[in-house]
Amino acid sequence: MPLDQSFIGREYPPTEPYEVGREKIREFADAIKDDSPVHRDAGAAEAAGHPDVIAPPTFAVILSMRAHDAVVSDAALGLDYSKVVHGNQRFTHHRPIRAGDVLRTVVVVDDIKARAGNDFLTVRAEITTVGGEPVCTAISTLVARGTAEQGEQV
Amino acid sequence: MTVRLSDVAKGDELPALNVPVTREDLVRYAGASGDFNRIHWNERFATEVGLPDVIAHGMFTMALAGRLVSEWTGDPGAIVDYGVRFTRPVVVPDDGVGALLELTGKVAAVNEDGTVKVAITARSAEQGVLGGASALVRLPE
Repeated sequence: MPLDQSFIGREYPPTEPYEVGREKIREFADAIKDDSPVHRDAGAAEAAGHPDVIAPPTFAVILSMRAHDAVVSDAALGLDYSKVVHGNQRFTHHRPIRAGDVLRTVVVVDDIKARAGNDFLTVRAEITTVGGEPVCTAISTLVARGTAEQGEQV
Repeated sequence: MTVRLSDVAKGDELPALNVPVTREDLVRYAGASGDFNRIHWNERFATEVGLPDVIAHGMFTMALAGRLVSEWTGDPGAIVDYGVRFTRPVVVPDDGVGALLELTGKVAAVNEDGTVKVAITARSAEQGVLGGASALVRLPE
């Protein structure tokens, strides 16, 4: 089944606030083998011009993926998540995410297309502080393999 | 070590970075990121859904490729925009060695607003695994 095009432009309610912890930043930096002190040491982060330790540039995926859950689990949209792979990803940082941030995310369905039998769902996650300061815009295209109508070619 | 805008010219190559990726690394990344999709740790499941073996999280590959840029700038906070396409999976066998991710990059543009565009190439098993990967960085004067 192709995805319902009428979902383009749909915005989902904001996620529960997510508090960014120092140890979570360290854990994520360890997992990507990034040994930069700005992810671990507040003094080093300050010397680099940041008010506290900052997260690596792709840390925002933790927030955007949680926010995507509302879209991918929306039965009315009908995405078959077992067939989903990540097609592309972009992060635009309005400023680095840092320890102590309390963030929430609003997701918007930016685009839906079917091509060569695959469904392409592009979702935009706007990550802000709970006070409304823009922090990161994460745009993801999810590809559901083999779920669309056949016949259209790339 | 911090790169300054005045030190940078179009065509400059970034120091290359080779990163080994093992199953253990995928498990650690799954825990840190919260992405427990079984294609990243369960070979039986991965092959059932048509993959050659367990594959690395695309976002893990993207994160490792980002290190090429942040280790060059000296400040991960310098990256203001970063985008990739996931063109081929990084296949990670359970053979005690894993996969090798080979990262190179060069300065594609020095923009009038003082930002610098870096084009990134990521290869594993002699094939490109990211398409159109680039980062925009803001460097100190």
